Amino acid sequence: MTATLDRVADAPPITTRVHQSVGERIAPYAYIAPFFLIFAVFGLVPLLFTFYVALFDWNPIGEHVFVGFDNFTRLFGDPRFSNALWNTLSIWLLSTLPQLVLALGVAHLLNHARLRLAVFFRMSMLVPYITSVAATAIVFAQMFDRDYGLLNWLLGFAGIGPIDFKQSVWGSHLMIAVMVTWRWFGYTTLLYLASLQAIPRAIYEAAAVDGAGGWKQFRHISLPSLRPVIVFTIVTSTIGGLQIFTEPLLMSRSTTCGAIRQCQTLTLFLYEQAFGQFQFGYGAAIGVALFVLIILFAALNYVLSTRIRPGKS
Amino acid sequence: MNDRIRWWTYLLIGLATLVCLFPLYWMFVVATTDSATATQLPPEIVPGGNFFELAGLVFSTVPFVRAIINSLIVAGTIGVGHAVLCTLAGFAFAKLRFPGRNALFLIVVLTMTVPTQLAVIPQYMIISSLNWVDTLQALIVPGLASAFGIFWMRQHLSSTISDEILQAARIDGANTWQIYWRIAFPLVRPAAFVLGLLGFVYSWNDFLWPFIVLKSPEMYTAQIAIKALQNSLDIDLGLAMSGSFLSTLPLVVLFVFVGRRMVAGIMDGAFKG
Repeated sequence: MTATLDRVADAPPITTRVHQSVGERIAPYAYIAPFFLIFAVFGLVPLLFTFYVALFDWNPIGEHVFVGFDNFTRLFGDPRFSNALWNTLSIWLLSTLPQLVLALGVAHLLNHARLRLAVFFRMSMLVPYITSVAATAIVFAQMFDRDYGLLNWLLGFAGIGPIDFKQSVWGSHLMIAVMVTWRWFGYTTLLYLASLQAIPRAIYEAAAVDGAGGWKQFRHISLPSLRPVIVFTIVTSTIGGLQIFTEPLLMSRSTTCGAIRQCQTLTLFLYEQAFGQFQFGYGAAIGVALFVLIILFAALNYVLSTRIRPGKS
Repeated sequence: MNDRIRWWTYLLIGLATLVCLFPLYWMFVVATTDSATATQLPPEIVPGGNFFELAGLVFSTVPFVRAIINSLIVAGTIGVGHAVLCTLAGFAFAKLRFPGRNALFLIVVLTMTVPTQLAVIPQYMIISSLNWVDTLQALIVPGLASAFGIFWMRQHLSSTISDEILQAARIDGANTWQIYWRIAFPLVRPAAFVLGLLGFVYSWNDFLWPFIVLKSPEMYTAQIAIKALQNSLDIDLGLAMSGSFLSTLPLVVLFVFVGRRMVAGIMDGAFKG
């Protein structure tokens, strides 16, 4: 991303004439206008308005009473909020780390020269990405079922179980994390693979001549050049992962996500309060809290991952 | 690669491929056998012959044909919208010089990192004041262009098209629009096509926003119809799986034809080193 931003400054103009017609001069603005218009109306204004609504006791069909920061003080004392917060963080961690490690490994394997069926393997990696979350959630709910699930049936042979994934905190988090990992690791793999293939083969060959084995090559050649794309995927999976909604909703079939809210995420809690209880103000406060959290985490991830420079030791 | 490493490589990649494909296959198995199969141990692992019976049940339980058509309209329009609007904006940012360009592009990049989906409450209020609740344009209009799409097309336009060609066209008397339409767009059509596909897939699979905005069954998209199927008969997994499979089928068919280009496009748009 940085490379691209730098290039903005020196992109040469194609306009050579000094006197342009009005139409020519406004053309660039007209070309970028649709995006900015859409973003303003459906992105920026709602975002700012969320901060405003969060200061009210706002009933969609009733009164709007200004309450200042009451929604936030209520939020921080609400055990349902802290529960949703921990669920979200737990699911995010459980799904992001394995996803990135798995993608790294598979990308490394796919990067082998002269691999047969390479196109088939790559396309297969993208199949989970085109499968909808709604469909995925139903399939995985079946596979993780306590009584009839494939997984418990297999675990039975090892003398384990049956495990009631849906009803337990860790079980439901694990199950959702598996779904997320399944859906995204192939896409991430392709991004990593693209970066790996940009590294000249000769560098690996030279390293091999110098006696560097597979692991050393991976650590000192592959990993450093993957750094920008790893940072990118960590930041995007933070933004996406902390907003998780569909998987827990469809898995548990309720916005509370189970009897003890074992997998209710922050977005589900927001939905429940705003569109189930019609507390727009309180819902907006949850939105603001989640918004701040995501920005904080994305920034933290960015700083941490740019600090860690593999291969420079 | 020596033989031992080769063997391990294929084994591990084969395993990863199996993991990627199995849930979809399993969806098909349950969708083609009777509902009891989903709750039978040991499980049936080959497809049965009940596909049409279950599919018929899906169509009679929810207005599924209508849902697929709705999804096609929404995802199709968003795909085309992405290809057209993002290419146009990407062209302006890559090849035109105008006051404020850098600042405006920075805003585009920043919007990619801002999770605006969290503003669903005011978004719903705006849609409501436009009287768009329970309509397809409530899904279409907000998704017509994206910051990601502009970023993506700008990358392709700056790397694919040389300034000399555009200068030459300018000297020959072409105006900005003609340069875009006759020269720039045809050259980046493959990238615009892939972007359109990504927009299509994203919108086809979107859940949260349609779930908030759509109310009546005739307006359901395929994803919301699946949710309705899951609710209507609480434990009939065969039915829910049939619905899931049928809603995924159009994308799988599309993927068989254009998957290669999609993979190439995604890898093309990735960071390289």
